[in-house]
This record gives sequence, C-alpha cells and structure tokens, in this order.
Amino acid sequence: MSPALQGLITIIIGVGGCVGYFYFSNLFLDKVLFPASGPNAGRNINRAGMIRPWLFLAPALIALTVYLAYPVVETLRLSLTQRVPGGGYVWVGFDNYRKMSGEPKFWEALRNNMLWLIVVPAMSTAFGLLAAQLSDRIRWGNLAKSLIFMPMAISFVGAAVIWKLVYDTRPVDQEQIGVLNAVWLAFEGGPMSVLFLKIVPSLGLIAFAAAVGLIAWVFVRPMLKARDQVGGGTIPLRLLVAVAALWLIYMSLRSVIGLAGADLPYGVPQTWLTIPFWNSFFLMIVLVWIQTGFAMVILSAALRGVPEDTIEAAIVDGANPFQIFFKIKVPQIMGTIVVVWTTITIVVLKVFDIVFAMSNGQWETQVLANYMYDKLFRANDWGVGSASAMVIMLLVTPILIWNVYNARKEMR
Amino acid sequence: MDNIVGKKSGLTWAVHISMAVLVALWLFPTLGLFVSSFRTADQISTSGWWSALATQERQVPAIRVGGTEVEVDGRFVIEGRLFSAADAVVSAWGTTSTAPEANAPGDVVELGDGVTLTVAEDGAYVLSSPVSTQGARLPRIFSTAATPPEFTLQNYRAILFEPNNTDGMSRAFFNTLTVTIPATIIPILVAAFAAYALAWMDFPGRALLIAAIVGLLVVPLQLALIPLLKLHNDIGIGKGYLGTWLAHTGFGLPLAIYLLRNYMVGLPRDIIECAKVDGASDFQIFTRIILPLSFPALASFAIFQFLWTWNDLLVSLVFLIDSSGQTTVMTKQIVELLGTRGGNWEILATAAFISIAVPLVVFFAMQKYLVRGLLAGSVK
Repeated sequence: MSPALQGLITIIIGVGGCVGYFYFSNLFLDKVLFPASGPNAGRNINRAGMIRPWLFLAPALIALTVYLAYPVVETLRLSLTQRVPGGGYVWVGFDNYRKMSGEPKFWEALRNNMLWLIVVPAMSTAFGLLAAQLSDRIRWGNLAKSLIFMPMAISFVGAAVIWKLVYDTRPVDQEQIGVLNAVWLAFEGGPMSVLFLKIVPSLGLIAFAAAVGLIAWVFVRPMLKARDQVGGGTIPLRLLVAVAALWLIYMSLRSVIGLAGADLPYGVPQTWLTIPFWNSFFLMIVLVWIQTGFAMVILSAALRGVPEDTIEAAIVDGANPFQIFFKIKVPQIMGTIVVVWTTITIVVLKVFDIVFAMSNGQWETQVLANYMYDKLFRANDWGVGSASAMVIMLLVTPILIWNVYNARKEMR
Repeated sequence: MDNIVGKKSGLTWAVHISMAVLVALWLFPTLGLFVSSFRTADQISTSGWWSALATQERQVPAIRVGGTEVEVDGRFVIEGRLFSAADAVVSAWGTTSTAPEANAPGDVVELGDGVTLTVAEDGAYVLSSPVSTQGARLPRIFSTAATPPEFTLQNYRAILFEPNNTDGMSRAFFNTLTVTIPATIIPILVAAFAAYALAWMDFPGRALLIAAIVGLLVVPLQLALIPLLKLHNDIGIGKGYLGTWLAHTGFGLPLAIYLLRNYMVGLPRDIIECAKVDGASDFQIFTRIILPLSFPALASFAIFQFLWTWNDLLVSLVFLIDSSGQTTVMTKQIVELLGTRGGNWEILATAAFISIAVPLVVFFAMQKYLVRGLLAGSVK
C-alpha cells in the first residue's frame, strides 16, 4: 500500500475515530448510562456532568501519559539498569552515571552546553530587543520584522546547509565560495585588520564583561546593604549568580589579553568548523540566527504594551532616547525578557539537529543531545544514553518548576 | 514614539541604517543558498555566489572536440561550440595543458598530419583534417573565456524529476508530506476537546491537570526516544508511519492544549451560558460555538505543528526511517547529502531549498496566526 494512501486512510480513521469517539461516548452517557429522564433525571444529569469532562479529556490524557509522562519514569529506570546479552535488564545503581562521568566526551558536551546556554539566549534576546526597538520606529518596520522572523520557518537542517555554505573553505589557490573566508581573506594585517579583528572584538568583550558585572551587582547589592530585607532563600541563588558572573568576567578579560597577543593567520583560508573552542560559536550563530526572530516578535509586542504616559513623562523630564530605552522601557518588560530567555534556554538544551548535521560532535563541538543520540543509536548503550537524557531533564527541571509555579499563581 | 512632543529625532537615520544592516545580515545566508541553487556546478565552484551577476573571466576546464564529421571539398570537418551560452567571449585558447593560453581567438593551429584547428571568439571551433578522424582520439581545447551571468533550472529538474537519481528529493518530499499532514490534524482535534474540558467544565483536579500540562510543555523529547521505541516494538508497530504520527501527536499535545485552553478561557461566558439555558449539550456547545470561535487559535497551533513536523529530524530518525531507506524524509536526505556530497553545492543548495520552500510559503501566508500563537504561548 502506498504511504500516501495509508496517510489518507489514517487521516480519515484518525479524524473520524476522534469525532466518532466523542460523539458516541457522549450519546452513550446521555441516553443509555444516565438518561436525563425517568424517575432519577436530576441525579442522572449530575452524574453525567461528573463523568463528561473525563470523556473529553481521555484521549489527550492517554497520549500525554504514554508519550511524555511514562517515558520520563522509564528513562530514569533505564538509566539505573544495564541491558544484558540475550534480553533482560539488571539493576546497576549509579554505574551508568559513573561510567558517563569518566568519559571526556561527556564533560566536553556538558561544557559546550553551558557555553550554548549562556551565549545563545543572551545574543538572541539582545538582537531581538534591538530589532524590536528599531523596527517599531520606522515605516518599513513590519517588512523588516518579517525578514528577520523568517529563519523561524527554516528547519535546523536547512539552516545547517545555509551556514555550511557561509563557512565553506576552498584551498588557498582557488577562489573562496564561502562568505566568511572571502571576508577573512580581505584582511591582510594592516591597520584596518587590527581595528576590526582586535580592537572591535576587544571592546565587545569588555562591554560584555561590564554588562555581566552590572547584572551581578544588581543581584549582590541587596546582600551588602543591611537595611534591605533579603529573603534567606535567595542568598544561595545570589551567590551562584555572583560566582558565575566572576567566572564570565575572568574568561572575557582573559580572551581580550589573548586576542591582543594573538598572531592571526592572515591570508590563509580557515576551516572554521575545525578550530577547537571557536567552532562551537560558529554553530551557535546558526541558532541565534533562528531564535532572534522569536525574541523580536515577543519583545516587540511587549514594547508596544509599555504605557505611553511613562515615556511621555520621561521625555518631559529631558531623558534622551537611550535613557528612555534602558531606564523606562526595559525595566517594564523585564518579565517578558525572562520568558523569552527561558523559552530559548529550553530550545538550546534540546539542540540536536544543528550539531548533528554540521559537525556531528567532532572537533570538540559535542553537545548533550547529540552525545545522547550517539550513545543510544551508535554505541547502542542504552544505560549511559538514558543517563545523559536524565542530565538534560535535570537541567530543564528548574525551568519546569518555575513555569508551573507561575501558571498556578496566575490561575488563582 | 519620540514624536510625541513634536520633535523629530536626530537618530532617525541611524535607526534606518542599523535596521537595514541587521536585515541584510539576516537575509544574506538564505539568499546565498537561493542564488546557488540556480547556478551550475562549474559556476558555484569557481566563484562566490555574490558575484553571480557579474561577468566572469576564467579558465574553462578542457573540452574535447566532438561532433559529427562532414566532408567539405575533400576535407573532413567537425564544427562545434565550446559553450552553450551564446554570449561567452574567448580571450585565449590552447590545445595543451602546459600552454592553455597559447593562441588568440581566430588563430589557425596546425596539429600535424595536416589537421588544423581554429577557435573563434564566440567559442565556435572548426577541426579540419585531410583524412577521416572517425575513431581517432580528437584534441582537447583549453580556453579562457568571459562568461556572462547564467542561471539554470537544471538543478531542480535533476533533484525533483529524475526518478533514478539517488540524490533525488521527490520520494523524501512525499514521505515528509505523509508524515506531516496526519501529524498536524489529529493532535488539533484531540487537544481541542481536552482544552474545552479544561477551560469550561468544572471537575476536581482541573487545576492540577493544567499545571501538569504546563510542566510537560518543557519535557525534552529526548527522554521519550528509547522507552517509546521499545513500546512500539513491543506492541508491534515497529518503525513506520503509524508510530511517527503517534509520537508527533503526543509531543505536540501539551502546546496544543495549552494554547487552545488559554484562548477558549477568553471566550465570552454569556454565549456559553445562553446556549446551556437553551438546552444545548456540552458536545453541541463545543462543535457549534467553541470550535468556530477558536479558529485563530486552531490556525496558530496548526502552523506550529506543521512547521515542527515538517522540519523535524530526530523523531523521524528514531521512529520512521528503517534500514531499507524507503521511508526517508527530506531532513534526513539532506543530512545524508551533506555526508556524501559535501562539496557539491548545486545538489545541496537545491535539495535544501526544496525542503525550505514549503515552510517559507506557509510562513509568509499565515504569519499573522503564527505571531498570534507565539504571543499567546509565551507572554503572560
């Protein structure tokens, strides 16, 4: 049977089955089980009313349980067991986790994932905010927004091909067909090269370090002032932020020094995806390119929701456009920025296709999701594969709790 | 918004320019792929796509003389052209790889035994010999020529319409379609009923269920791969379309229920209560009132689910594609091509663009609903 025909039949059976199920189960409930007539009409209506929601929910609940809830439990079980030859499983406790933590590839994946977690949400949100703010002020803003939003429709694999063409490398004696190498070869070590490849990136890194410092200061300051009441529960979180910020500042300042002394290989085409450490960034750019549109659309709606009178008041008080943006608008949309940030964080944690298609984890670009795929389907090691899936789940859990907490607060 | 007090901002130009730069940066990579898919393999490998519109002077790979022999005045003559393009201009040519630019266009070169060869400026060549060259090894022509910009649909023809092409995308295209359509329609229906129950019916445990669905929204589907593959094998579905449809349905449901419930809660209570007073059952209220009113939310989710299933690689890799390779989808086919045809950009670019084209059309046609869905899904 041809798959297209099979698909058509599935649509008919699926849709017809759903409609039929809902229709006949309601009919059965109303006419046969608890008919709304006869001596017990009132009681029957009440009983039918108690059962009906579950009739409506049943298919969805079954699908959610089987396809999402059960796998979480089962993966946890698998991560604590080991397959034995000939079928069956034996309980091995935390052996799989121990084995995994002994593998350098795992730590490489975890380190890269942490880098992705910092860089991609930060850059996507920053670019999205910039694009939202700029496009709201010009007449062709809607067109500009559509074009920046467009990569959202492109598959990760399609994006991987698009960017592989950008990063393409040809031997030194041939003409370069990748944009990045063509631009790279235009630099020859003169003053312009120093300006664009050393001074501008250094300024960027310093600005990044300053921004991180600012954020850390916002978190730490309440602890230093005695008169502010700081909830005891938030102190570990604040300290964690401070430590992470110090590490980031240290890393970026070290990069500035490294860059100043670096001897850049001018005139030689680079194979961008094989340069350790930096190649991860070339992969991240692909995801930033895709996610910026998402951030822009949501932040743009939030920016429009900022009350006009607060802005007018700021203008009357003589604030310049930058002050209006950073001191009036951004604080008012902070909640939305957090939502965008966490949503992109979840996407980043699951990122698989880009790495799978572009480098497949070679040259130190491994990430957790691809590491897991490697273990599950290449090495056929279900124990360690499930253990690494649980690590992804563990990283998602804080966001999960935060979302549920917010949703419950909202419903009250 | 700076114009509120009637003052024109001096930053306007800076805003226009930075926005233009940003848009150009975002568009440039896709444009490169699009342009490349219309160029020939030769053109792609010898010049960047950004110079596709410029005339290019370059050394053309050697072309062997060939064609039908005609007897004219006692000599055997073969005439032919070096290029299919009419307006290429030859600046130099030669017959050996050591001296590929030895002769100017129009020169008549003696090749020995009375054989002569001449190449005109427009690429037409004439080989003339006193004896028949039938069966003999004919000379090669090296040339340097300026070729005007040229675009071709040949790549698309080869990838889409040649049934025997192993790099072809036509089978993968239909497979993707087969995965996508049921996997988009079925979750909508299932989710709509559940969302109605969660929005407008009162029963114990409702708040808990909603919280659970919000939680399930972020569960990584990586966790589901092995347990579900095992389950599918145990109940006899194995790898195939049915399992893929079910998996996509399961993974799409939390977002569908969440989006639809949020939308349905916002519908006016009066309409529903009036209908109840008039004696409508819940089923009737749902199909006659709620479903038509919820069209925007249904459309947003449909687009999400369509884009997600069309662009998906992981679910198809795990639940659909078996060792026979008959059920490959486009994303998998492209990854395969990246491995085997890494340097053949005419194939890669065309294949990728074919897979991108449908979502792009959907995106531009239904952008309004997509944006609405995004806002409903994340802004609180």
